[in-house]
Amino acid sequence: MEKNKTFHRKKIFVAFIIFVLCFLGLGVRLSHLMINCSAYYGEQAKKLHERERSIKAARGRIVDRNGVVLADNKTVCTISVIHSQMEDKEAVIAMLCRELSLEEAYVRKRVEKVSAIERIKSNVEKETGDRIREYNLAGVKVDEDFKRYYPYGELASKVLGFTGGDNQGIIGLEVAYDAVLQGQPGTILTVTDARGIEVDAAGEDRVEPQDGNDLTISMDMNIQKYATQLAYQAMETKQADSVSIIVMNPQNGEILAMVNVPEFDLNEPFTLPADIASGITEAQKQDALNRMWRNGCINDTYEPGSTFKTVTAAAGLEAGVVRPSDTFSCPGYIIVEDRKIRCHKVGGHGSQDFIHATMNSCNPVFVTVGMRLGSEQYYAYFKKFGLLDKTGIDLPGEAGTIMHKKENIGMVELATISFGQSFQITPIQLMTTAASFVNGGRRVTPHFGIRASDGNGVSVKEFSYPVREGIVSSETSETMKMLLEQVVENGGGRNGKVEGYRVGGKTATSQTLPRGSGRYISSFLGFAPADDPQVMAIAIINNPQGTYYGGQIAAPVVRQLFENILPYLEGMNYNRQ
Amino acid sequence: MDRFTGRRRNKAEHYFDYSLLFIVLFLLGFGMIMIYSTSSYEASKDYGDAAYYLKKQAVSAALGIAAMIVTANIPYHFWEKFAVPGYLVSAVLICLVLTPLGVKVKGARRWLDIGIGLRLQPAEVAKLCMILFLASMVCRMGKSIRSMKGFATVLMVPLPISLMIWKITDNLSSAIIIFGIAALMLFVSSPDYKKFILTGAAGAGVAAAIVYTIVHMASAENLDFRGERILAWLDPEAYASGKGFQTLQALYAIGSGGIFGKGLGQSMQKLGFIPEAQNDMIFSIICEELGLFGAIAIILLFLLLIWRFMIVANNAPDLFGALLVVGVMGHIAIQVILNIAVVTNTIPNTGISLPFISYGGSSVLFLLVEIGLVLSVSHSIRLKEV
Repeated sequence: MEKNKTFHRKKIFVAFIIFVLCFLGLGVRLSHLMINCSAYYGEQAKKLHERERSIKAARGRIVDRNGVVLADNKTVCTISVIHSQMEDKEAVIAMLCRELSLEEAYVRKRVEKVSAIERIKSNVEKETGDRIREYNLAGVKVDEDFKRYYPYGELASKVLGFTGGDNQGIIGLEVAYDAVLQGQPGTILTVTDARGIEVDAAGEDRVEPQDGNDLTISMDMNIQKYATQLAYQAMETKQADSVSIIVMNPQNGEILAMVNVPEFDLNEPFTLPADIASGITEAQKQDALNRMWRNGCINDTYEPGSTFKTVTAAAGLEAGVVRPSDTFSCPGYIIVEDRKIRCHKVGGHGSQDFIHATMNSCNPVFVTVGMRLGSEQYYAYFKKFGLLDKTGIDLPGEAGTIMHKKENIGMVELATISFGQSFQITPIQLMTTAASFVNGGRRVTPHFGIRASDGNGVSVKEFSYPVREGIVSSETSETMKMLLEQVVENGGGRNGKVEGYRVGGKTATSQTLPRGSGRYISSFLGFAPADDPQVMAIAIINNPQGTYYGGQIAAPVVRQLFENILPYLEGMNYNRQ
Repeated sequence: MDRFTGRRRNKAEHYFDYSLLFIVLFLLGFGMIMIYSTSSYEASKDYGDAAYYLKKQAVSAALGIAAMIVTANIPYHFWEKFAVPGYLVSAVLICLVLTPLGVKVKGARRWLDIGIGLRLQPAEVAKLCMILFLASMVCRMGKSIRSMKGFATVLMVPLPISLMIWKITDNLSSAIIIFGIAALMLFVSSPDYKKFILTGAAGAGVAAAIVYTIVHMASAENLDFRGERILAWLDPEAYASGKGFQTLQALYAIGSGGIFGKGLGQSMQKLGFIPEAQNDMIFSIICEELGLFGAIAIILLFLLLIWRFMIVANNAPDLFGALLVVGVMGHIAIQVILNIAVVTNTIPNTGISLPFISYGGSSVLFLLVEIGLVLSVSHSIRLKEV
């Protein structure tokens, strides 16, 4: 056995010194990392650990002019399970099946799946969520969230619109006033582990969300409700494709009701009616949804027909080419260039003054007035009345007027325009234009939005809308009111007469293109009181079966509407301010 | 004072290195705390038991302490006759990894299933056996070790085992450690310096050349994964999602620890950012939680341990004992240095555990047996000779 010699000791010492030097080097390296690089690596690590989570801001409510809530937020719950935290899986499965009325197989599959967090059901009613929370079962998570909720379901669906998953408006007022309603989402800065699970102990930075403002609109829920009833009634009795009703204050453009039946359920905006929903492709479905969501009053144009004779009359009176006392003779037709344009009364109206021609809605007379104006002047009035511009209503997707080019308006075109054919406008355009004839010549901007207010009801912003004065002179306006009152009192609009009220109006029956298809649009435009109009309504019945004359089917709708809302409006007295 | 020294002289003629024992026990205990701190979050997520890793480690440590006590009380010459069988047994065990007894964990086949839920890492056995075999062989060789032939022979002996560990169990780091132990034992047993300096310089030159070649290769496509490791070592942030991931995460942990650390248990990086932080990367969590002070304290403890090894080796009654201690000293010192070097990205990443602290049953078990051997050597030191 060899002895442990001196050189061995020396070498062991050398080895020890080498190790010491290595350790010293590592110590220096560590000091460098933990002192000099500490800030950099610390910051990098923090970035890795922190996660920003946004907190939804509650969307503002939409309320009608009397404070009735039309669009609200509802607290809903999302139920999830956290696999690693569950203790009694069977109890969890049994409880979830019972409370959420779900199939056991479905719940079991999700509960037993090994994942960080598994969603069982979202959009669960708050009461159910609270009940589930009370079971206090480990691993069951109940998260609360806001969901847009429309208490009246279908009411004014195409006007109010609805929101998508990210709290953004998709159609209607929800889009137009998105900025008002949306609010500012808050954020929580949380610290999470590598799987993204929050670490409870670590403090969190929180920026509170700012809730959206409430929007007060000019709609009156009662009028809207009643108008909707009438529209459905008309649609059913006339087996029409659709019926639209607009009720507006002609003095300031506030819209009290806008109905487009069939409406859809705002709480289920992506559900198509059962008869369309089956057996269609994804693209077809999207198409059908878009059609279902369309607001015919502003998104679609139509040939207005005889209601447009108000424009011809106003232009004629304004230009001085016709006076109410002027007499005309109607043989039942009028020859324009090589065309023979017929009056709806085959035998003709004979000799009549302009008042009676308006009452009779006599085509040859209005063609004559149009001719007296000439295409140049007629087009100028068309433009002056604002018919070439959009009305500026505060709803998205307003359609523009489809009109001949000025240079293309020949005598025949002029003649057809004079009684409301061969061009297209939206119902809201007709309404706005007609309003300016009876309110003293002011073109108001039709609108819904009145004010934005914060959660305490304090007004944040009052909306104002442009008004264009001097569309027609006050004399013309007075004459127009007189003419249109006569239409209802003694003429073709007598079905629109309301006992005890002075009502003015004009009927229309227009054939849709292509001519001869047998499809008509019947409409009636009415206002009351005739001497000082406070409310104006239009009813448009699209493709009615059987009788299709506006005076016979659309006028009664407006009459029924007025019978109910005129006394009601007197009580409300909306114009007092 | 008189009474104390008098009693010591009377009762214990033989020395026993209590400071060594206490340093080891302290490191073990500290390791347990750090394993619990590091693994409890992930363990409770994965196994529903925060102490999952702690319990397993405690069982191994208890077994190890028992083995250490037994070894410490057996005169170390008893083991000399097991030198050759030990060498053969470790070779066989490594080969057994390829049989169905082998257990694959995270893609690496490094363990043997020895029943009752215990796993054995043959590389750890091989380290112990290599120390024993070389100590015994050097003693037999006598002066012939000073010749070039003797020098080469001693270097050749660990080569087969090293190669097997590298190629069969795909464990380069253990192979390097075994070779390093052999080199250190050879260094101590030979009076020469020149050969070692030259060999060392040559080795360093080759390493530098390899790094230079890899860095200057036009494309990384024809690099194997060790080549990419070199590149990730030089710029871990450029390989943040691949080979540099673990290193970068460890650097984040070390850096965010700062001078005083976040406090015990406060590490963020252990929450899954550093995968299996209780294993090779545990030192980075120590840095994060206990700061530079904690890290330096641990390094000093290891230094103290190595110093005790030196004292025992220098006072060992014979060369065999001294070489056994030198082997153990080499094993622990090399492993600590490489581990900290890897964690601090001082050298390219390779899996090396931190002795007594990292999670790993076989490692702690055989380290404690080695400590038992050293204690046995220390026990044979006659106090009169000190």
